[in-house]
Amino acid sequence: MLPFLLEIGTEEIPDWMIPGALEHLEKLLTELLAKHRLSHEVLELDATPRRLVVRSKGIDPMQEATESLVTGPPVSAAFKNGEPTPAAHAFAKKMNTDVASLRREMTPKGEYLAFTQRTEGASAASILAEALPALILSIHFPKNMVWAGKGTSRFIRPIRWLVALLGENVLPFAIEGVRSGNRTEGHRRLGKTGLAVTHANYESVLRENGVILRAAERRTRIVEGAEALAAAKGVKVALDPELLETLVYITEFPTAILGSFAEEYLSLPEEVLITVMRHHQKYFAVHRADGTLAPHFVAVMNTAADPDGLVVSGNERVLRARFNDARFFWDFDQKTTLAERVESLGAVTFHAKLGNYLEKTKRTQERIAALAVLAGADVAQAERAALLAKCDLTTELVKEFTELQGVVGGLYARHQGEPEGVARAIYDQYKPVSMEGEMPSTLLGQLLSLADKADTLASCFSIGLIPKGSSDPFALRRAAQGVVRILAESEAAISIDAFHGDDAALAEFFKDRVRYYFRDVRGFAYDEVNAVMAAGFADLKDAGSRLAALREVRPTENFEPIAASFKRIKNILRQAEFAGGAVEPELLTEAAERTLHQEFLRVRTGVHRMREEGNYRGALAEIASLRPAVDAFFDQVLVNANEEQVRRNRLGLLHQLLTELSSIADFSEIVTR
Amino acid sequence: MDARRCPKSCVMDSSSTISYQDLIFRLKRFWAEKGCIIQEPFDLEVGAGTMCPETFLRVLGPERYNVAYVQPSRRPADGRYGDNPNRLYKHMQFQVILKPTPTDIMELYLQSLEALGIDLSKHDIKFEEDNWESPTLGAWGIGWQVMLDGLEITQFTYFQQCGGFDLDLIPVELTYGLERLTAFLQGVESVYDITWTPGFRYRAVRHADELQSSVYNFEMADIGALWKLFEIHEAEAQRLIDLFPDYPERKRFPVLSAYEQVLKCSNLFNLLDARGAISVTERVAVIGRVRKIAVNVARLWMEQQFGPPAGDLVPGANAKEVAA
Repeated sequence: MLPFLLEIGTEEIPDWMIPGALEHLEKLLTELLAKHRLSHEVLELDATPRRLVVRSKGIDPMQEATESLVTGPPVSAAFKNGEPTPAAHAFAKKMNTDVASLRREMTPKGEYLAFTQRTEGASAASILAEALPALILSIHFPKNMVWAGKGTSRFIRPIRWLVALLGENVLPFAIEGVRSGNRTEGHRRLGKTGLAVTHANYESVLRENGVILRAAERRTRIVEGAEALAAAKGVKVALDPELLETLVYITEFPTAILGSFAEEYLSLPEEVLITVMRHHQKYFAVHRADGTLAPHFVAVMNTAADPDGLVVSGNERVLRARFNDARFFWDFDQKTTLAERVESLGAVTFHAKLGNYLEKTKRTQERIAALAVLAGADVAQAERAALLAKCDLTTELVKEFTELQGVVGGLYARHQGEPEGVARAIYDQYKPVSMEGEMPSTLLGQLLSLADKADTLASCFSIGLIPKGSSDPFALRRAAQGVVRILAESEAAISIDAFHGDDAALAEFFKDRVRYYFRDVRGFAYDEVNAVMAAGFADLKDAGSRLAALREVRPTENFEPIAASFKRIKNILRQAEFAGGAVEPELLTEAAERTLHQEFLRVRTGVHRMREEGNYRGALAEIASLRPAVDAFFDQVLVNANEEQVRRNRLGLLHQLLTELSSIADFSEIVTR
Repeated sequence: MDARRCPKSCVMDSSSTISYQDLIFRLKRFWAEKGCIIQEPFDLEVGAGTMCPETFLRVLGPERYNVAYVQPSRRPADGRYGDNPNRLYKHMQFQVILKPTPTDIMELYLQSLEALGIDLSKHDIKFEEDNWESPTLGAWGIGWQVMLDGLEITQFTYFQQCGGFDLDLIPVELTYGLERLTAFLQGVESVYDITWTPGFRYRAVRHADELQSSVYNFEMADIGALWKLFEIHEAEAQRLIDLFPDYPERKRFPVLSAYEQVLKCSNLFNLLDARGAISVTERVAVIGRVRKIAVNVARLWMEQQFGPPAGDLVPGANAKEVAA
């Protein structure tokens, strides 16, 4: 086994693309080695912004030799009077051996001369040197570039050096003029350039030159550094996980520093301060023990130290300018209230074909009024919230910090004396932003979120803007997902049918989202979801309760057999093209069918009562209790009786059974083991 | 608080604070020594150094070119009547184009900062992903914003396409924001406090321009007149574009003059936009009009300078854009 090291040296790769690229690199290399039958020890992947690295303690130096049996002329033609014929000599020559070394092999067609040909394996070095350039260039990135001229290699950023070692040797190859070698590059300012490395010293050479190769170690260094700085000030740092990952992959040698800002800026809303720090400056916010924001921040440098405090003071000044901007915008925006901005929404395009935000606002108002009636909410407040909801789009603060739309509207509404319910609804209108994201905290906020999303969906679908594949520029999936989640989890009892009207494509779109929600968010099995949805899902909360009951009843003894029987019943009815009919008790001749009928009538009464009470678990257990009667029926009764009347009567019984007992879940959708 | 920790000149490692004009001299000197033509600012209104012919047209085609220049860049909508310490109607960019890009460009760039007196061993530099796209110019590139102690000081872009054409040699464009870089180095909070040269602050040189331009752009510009001018320049550009195919002596044809008409349109569009005269629905259409003449001029320039297009010179997608 030979140790392997590949380092792809580049200019700074966008941080968020690095983990995905490493994963893909590992997959590509694993596949390459497997394809060439090269066994290997585990692949270790590492990266900094300037290098993607894969190492292994060992790769087989050679492919295993392969042997194949080659047959030549029949023995009868190969020897004449015990002497090899020219045919035998020719075969031996072709096999690069002599006649004496040839074997005889018995085949169905007779005995033949044969030879076991051995092909030596190729060396891992030659295989890798040949395959690596294409492999490297096939690593997937979201947006590639060319750097060496039109039509040349594409990669995420220019490749500037390549280290490729197998054992003691360099694997020779080149990409756009960059030849592989054993020399790496240190940190741009903390390290040296052109550093020769071996397998043994690679990581330590990097470390001596200002590069911490392992992401986990950089992460620890950031976390511990930030926490120590905060502790020294008696405050707590909010280590936002997403920002932490960004900082891990935007640095080669991260060092946390703590900066401060004047207390007076704390009069700006926390949301604004945190957005400026986190999203615009990549700083961690810092809190006091009581949870309020402290006038400090933690930044992470890509260098070892800040000996003269220049980095801290530079970052402080940038932050101060940003905060000043925000305060300027806040004050400026107060000159025109949200209510005074409504008309100016006419100048903000929602979509070229769908008009402006004033028109959207009016549609949303109509929708929310209807929803408020259904949900028993304050209609006047709901309409007010919808009227003001989009007005923050015309404010300077939102133009500057677009990610704060909604939040800014809510803050301004409160500041301008709108009712708290209205302010809160505006604040929460874009929630939930993800499946795990926070829900709007009030009923009014949920209704506003529903009305806004419903309008966006209905409008876009009405002009054919329907998401396809991964293309969803208006985030309609997220909007529909939000609708589904609010309907399934909020206190408002509203049917999902109110959200697609008679638009079949939109209805289908919602159906997909509902299925996704119950399966991937709530974790129900796909066949359980299908079974419950087949019985209707207009009321998502009710569908959720039925699913929970189904999941509980499923492991019980009778459940899967009865589910299998329901499927059988469905098939029989389909084959008979039977659309339903009355059951005449006097035509039930066999004991088993009479029993089934009686049992059915008994169970039906119980199921109806329990369904009314919302006791889905009891109702399902009741249905499952039909199993012995159903089994006996299929054992003893022939549905396809000769007499047409009897046959139709039996089909009628099965049909009633199926239709009347499938209102909680369609058992025939259950996949039985 | 900061004044205590960091006296104003401490950012500089030399004893004296670098003046605004000295910073420009040093950048020019640095890039001149690296083989750049030092151009003077283009003499028409532009929104960015990228729009100057020295960038927009020179990045096209197979010829090497290295150039650097200061470019006053007008963004009417960013005007703040001279009140905002960080925002300007007209800011100055230092623009560097190296075509093709040298392989050690990142190192060269860092050296240019050191040439300004920034001791990089005492500062934090990060390259954060920031791609650039100009639908109006049919241009896009890949790159970073360069952050110095948390302050964006440079846009660093590898051009990929311009005027709808894939570029033959990949140029790098470095755009230094001169005011914020100087403010950083001088340790001042407002661009107006920048020392232009000892005895003169930025305020003394530029404030009246910022104030009066904001008043004109936001309050007094005659919308009807601006629209008329837009249409005149657009028509003139189009007239020239239409004359090109039948013009006998290609090299004499005033493609550059046609491009100047495009720049006039672009600036008038920005003025109308700042004046609030372009509804959002119209906006896309007007951008499309500017794009059409800009992309067509790029096509004429390619044809004039480098010969009629070979089969693959104008890919199908681009041909469609030209016709759009």
